Amino acid sequence: MTAVGTATSRQLPVAVTSPVAVWFEDGWTVTKRNLVKIKRSPDMLVFAVLQPIMFVLLFSQVYGGAIQVRGTDYTQFLMAGIFAQTVVFGATFSGSAMAQDLKEGLIDRFRTLPMSASAVLVGRTNSDLVLNGISMVIMMLTGLAVGWRVQSAPHEFLAGVALLLLFSYAFSWVMALLGMSVKTPEVINNASFMILFPLTFISNAFVPSETMPLVLRVFAEWNPVSSLVQAARELFGNVGSAPVPDVWTMQHPVLTVLVGIAVMLVVFVPWAVNKYTRISAK
Amino acid sequence: MAIIEASGLTKTYRSKSGPVHALAGLDLSVPEGTVTALLGPNGAGKTTTVKVLTTLVVPDGGTATIDGVDVVADPQATRRSIGVSGQYAAVDENLTGFENLEMIGRLYHLGRRTARDRARELIDVFDLSEAGDRPVKGFSGGMRRRIDLAGALVMNPRVLFLDEPTTGLDPRSRLALWGIIEGLVADGATVLLTTQYLEEADQLADDIAVIDDGHVIAQGTADQLKAQVGGHRVVVTLVDPADGDAATTALRRYGVGDVESSGDGRTFGIAVEAGPSALQRVLADLGEAGIALHDAGMRRPTLDDVFLRLTGHVATGDDEDGDGGPARSRRRGRRGGATDAADTSGRADGAEAGRASRPGGGDPPDGADAAGATSESVR
Repeated sequence: MTAVGTATSRQLPVAVTSPVAVWFEDGWTVTKRNLVKIKRSPDMLVFAVLQPIMFVLLFSQVYGGAIQVRGTDYTQFLMAGIFAQTVVFGATFSGSAMAQDLKEGLIDRFRTLPMSASAVLVGRTNSDLVLNGISMVIMMLTGLAVGWRVQSAPHEFLAGVALLLLFSYAFSWVMALLGMSVKTPEVINNASFMILFPLTFISNAFVPSETMPLVLRVFAEWNPVSSLVQAARELFGNVGSAPVPDVWTMQHPVLTVLVGIAVMLVVFVPWAVNKYTRISAK
Repeated sequence: MAIIEASGLTKTYRSKSGPVHALAGLDLSVPEGTVTALLGPNGAGKTTTVKVLTTLVVPDGGTATIDGVDVVADPQATRRSIGVSGQYAAVDENLTGFENLEMIGRLYHLGRRTARDRARELIDVFDLSEAGDRPVKGFSGGMRRRIDLAGALVMNPRVLFLDEPTTGLDPRSRLALWGIIEGLVADGATVLLTTQYLEEADQLADDIAVIDDGHVIAQGTADQLKAQVGGHRVVVTLVDPADGDAATTALRRYGVGDVESSGDGRTFGIAVEAGPSALQRVLADLGEAGIALHDAGMRRPTLDDVFLRLTGHVATGDDEDGDGGPARSRRRGRRGGATDAADTSGRADGAEAGRASRPGGGDPPDGADAAGATSESVR
């Protein structure tokens, strides 16, 4: 019986040896594994897609009629907010998926293989980027159906999409680190709801911050989600003649978001990889 | 030098109830081509030992090498020569059996073609064709465990770590997995396995290291360990419990120490110096007195006896370093506690029967976990 043989037959030869090739091979292998999951568990995709559709319809059709925004139509105002909310919540999936893999022992399996240390996280954040991209496309189509229009040049539109996705990618690393730090996957879902729900709602995503009481208004104006929303609104040409708060981060939202993305990547990529190299299932 | 060498390993975990010394100066040496079992209750440090040796956990102190490579200093090199199968089958539920194995091959950097060929080969050898092309989700625990074990073998590693390979499996799947492991051993693999099943260590391992409280308290072959407890025991089971006094008297006449009796008052046993002749004499005496016997025999001490002797307590777990769930540990506790003669010999018989039935393998595998079919296909 030589097929199973271990010590008697020699170890199989390693075909991929250069560190760069190994890095790509490992990252791609894990990404592919995660994408297969999206394909085979459509409930996940349905949830990721239905929720934003629901939000678009709920806000534009149910609340929209009663909300007046100075200087622009509510549906034009709303869509950037929904995009931002979706990419923020979409990133939390990286956290719960890491926690799930850890719990099921898959991280232990990966960690006993001679893989590149960042591969599991690279694969995770890559595949979640794809998932977010898909839900972004669906949301845009829904938005177009309810009357949303891009009123900027094509390159600005693409820049807006890229900015939203880049933000979700960077935020995925933050959530992945959290996912490796909690005891059960459920904690991530609950905690992210508790933190991200107020963060997205006490912002300019769904209503202008100018009507809020002072404390909430200051919070909303400095809220990073507001900058993301404002940046998307500018790049999609949806600001209209609505007034912009006289706060630096709101006056320069694109730059603010880019700096935020850079900071998240510089801090959390190495931190998360480092954390990964020392975790193991309980 | 042995292929696995560990010396003075220490690891302390913080917990709510204070520090837990999962490893307290553990020494271990496993020669190439042998099977060593780490035997101990939950919380003894078995899983932590495996985690240190498989680069998952960095020890606080001590050294460990696999094939001369320091596991702490060079974890990547260590990972290239080991295969690991954990306590909970770590397979991706959304991937098919084939995809799981192919992925592992790719991550060992075997290249696409070799990874696929190897996956296909293992699917055949492990009789996994049923799970080969369908997502693992929905397959039995035994099937998952086989895929996980196959995953550990993807690149023909020199050293295999099997952490409680049969925990949670039904007896049938367990026998099937034993068959597979025996096949690997026959091929000359070096295997370090952990178990809390005493008969599993007895069945599979050349060498047994008994672990308690984070260090090895005894190491040797099953026979050597049993010899530490003493020789044979003569055990009789009566038809009528009323004959108990007569049986006790007869046993005491030829035995050493106290007569142990079972809870139902029908089974009596005693340690003896010369097993066969003592058994003959006991039977002769009982026959003369006209006492009807349900069963009578001689048995070697089991590892249950060994564990009791070495540790002063039966093989129950306090589950401190997270070796297993509390519920399971409690369940095992009750079972392990019942070390009376009837229970132990009954279980030993069960294992014998399982062993005897396997080589025959007469019955065709109606289920995926059929013991006979699997062990044969590996041999």
